[in-house]
Amino acid sequence: MQRRQLLKAGAGVVAITGTPWVGAQAPRRVVVIGGGFGGATAARYLRQFNPDLSITLIEPADTFVMCPMSNRVVHGGLQLRDISRPYDRFVSRHGLRWVRGRAEAIDPVAREVRVGKERVPYDHLIVSPGVDYVYDGIEGLQTAEQQARVPHAWKAGPQTQQLRDQLQAMPDNGVVAMTIPKVPYRCPPGPYERASLIAHYLQARKPKAKLLVFDANPEIQAKKGLFEAVWKKRYAGLIEYVPSADLKAVDAAGGVLRFDMQGEVKAQVLNVIPPQRAGEVARGAGLANAGNRWCGVDFLSYESTAVAGVHVLGDSIAAAPGMPKSGHMANQQAKVCAGAITARLRGIEVPSDPIIANTCYSFVSQTDVIHVASVHRYDADKKTMLPVPGAGGLSSEPNMIEGIYAMAWATNILNDTLGA
Amino acid sequence: MPIREERPAWARAVRTGAAGLVLGGLSLAHAQAPAPKASDFQVQLWASSCMSCHGPDGKAVGTGLAIGGKPAQELYNKLLGYKNGKLPATVMHQHAKGYSDDELARIAEHFASLK
Repeated sequence: MQRRQLLKAGAGVVAITGTPWVGAQAPRRVVVIGGGFGGATAARYLRQFNPDLSITLIEPADTFVMCPMSNRVVHGGLQLRDISRPYDRFVSRHGLRWVRGRAEAIDPVAREVRVGKERVPYDHLIVSPGVDYVYDGIEGLQTAEQQARVPHAWKAGPQTQQLRDQLQAMPDNGVVAMTIPKVPYRCPPGPYERASLIAHYLQARKPKAKLLVFDANPEIQAKKGLFEAVWKKRYAGLIEYVPSADLKAVDAAGGVLRFDMQGEVKAQVLNVIPPQRAGEVARGAGLANAGNRWCGVDFLSYESTAVAGVHVLGDSIAAAPGMPKSGHMANQQAKVCAGAITARLRGIEVPSDPIIANTCYSFVSQTDVIHVASVHRYDADKKTMLPVPGAGGLSSEPNMIEGIYAMAWATNILNDTLGA
Repeated sequence: MPIREERPAWARAVRTGAAGLVLGGLSLAHAQAPAPKASDFQVQLWASSCMSCHGPDGKAVGTGLAIGGKPAQELYNKLLGYKNGKLPATVMHQHAKGYSDDELARIAEHFASLK
């Protein structure tokens, strides 16, 4: 029993230091790369659990812009400032050191992160960089200039506004074409929410226009029945959904998409959501040990299965079965990770029975919302998180009550992640 | 999911009040080897999961979502109601089913302790 506890408590760390970190000798420098739902939540909860810990946040942006609700900016229901929160108050309130720059490389032997000329030493490192976008195999989107003309708007910020502006500038009888990459990608229902809200905008402002949705997957990847019903009932004739559409080439200047099977399509607004993989800094450090694309983790601590002392959170991880790449999930993982690091610092057993949950709201119009929810528990035999059978589920239909709850959710999770 | 008889006394009282049969269940549990007790820190982490929607320390914005500092028994009764389908809900009935009664009691107790 003692040995099992030791293994659980020490995990990969034992191999390097010989003993678990305990008490007064404990190294006390945690560095967090990325101030999103994963990284900021981890920093916040580490501070709550460890008033004296040295915590450094490496984040180049001065303001966090949340992806959830960003499709409401695309259709005009919200403005970017409604979904933005500056980092300065968060950082000072929680006593974080803030390195305003991009983490370029991780040296797991020296245990430091390179940010420009600065080297930031760590004892525990948390890497939560989000996703990178992969344009390999899409002819015509190889240069930054070409990519800039076709906003993915899959990281909320300037591109969200750019897509909004393009929709507004489009002729009344124009065509919008969006493409969805193969799973796994960030936010499984997100593209279908976006399609619904673009259709909602067109219906109100440009009813002669049309939205073409090209999905690399064979079917809708989340809330399928609900989205199909909404599109049929509210947006019939406005949305054309094309499954199994593999994007091969983009002519950004001419407004043309070319697909493997479906041929060429001309449109005035192109929204190409490219395939995704773990953030560059994670891949560069050798953390992406799942197909050189996603980062394997131990689900009791989110410690990398590739590099000891480095934890990975959020969209970059090789997710457990049924675990979506979502901001809510990253926020949840971060608390488990903060708990595990805290347990090691305190010299107690890492909590071995994590329970986390996902709640995901999608707007399908200005007011109406649908959700999917799930509860995930650790399976000690399979060493992974699994959805609890019988728990979780969907809305029965789009409704306004959940529209109110969705906005409350957005405020509360932002407070839970980045609140002062 | 392992059933643990580790509910605090007030939560056992709730259940005993609801159905006298449960007393037999309790004595049966006593006859078995005691199940491992989730640490207070584990419970704190479970509760932190709820805070994504219910706000840090349960201080939420939004009608009915602020649960920090509410009486444990009130919270526990609601959670059981959601789990058993006796209380209407948009999403909480789906979440509550992911936890044992004992876990719900511990989580309720944690939120009650937050000021």
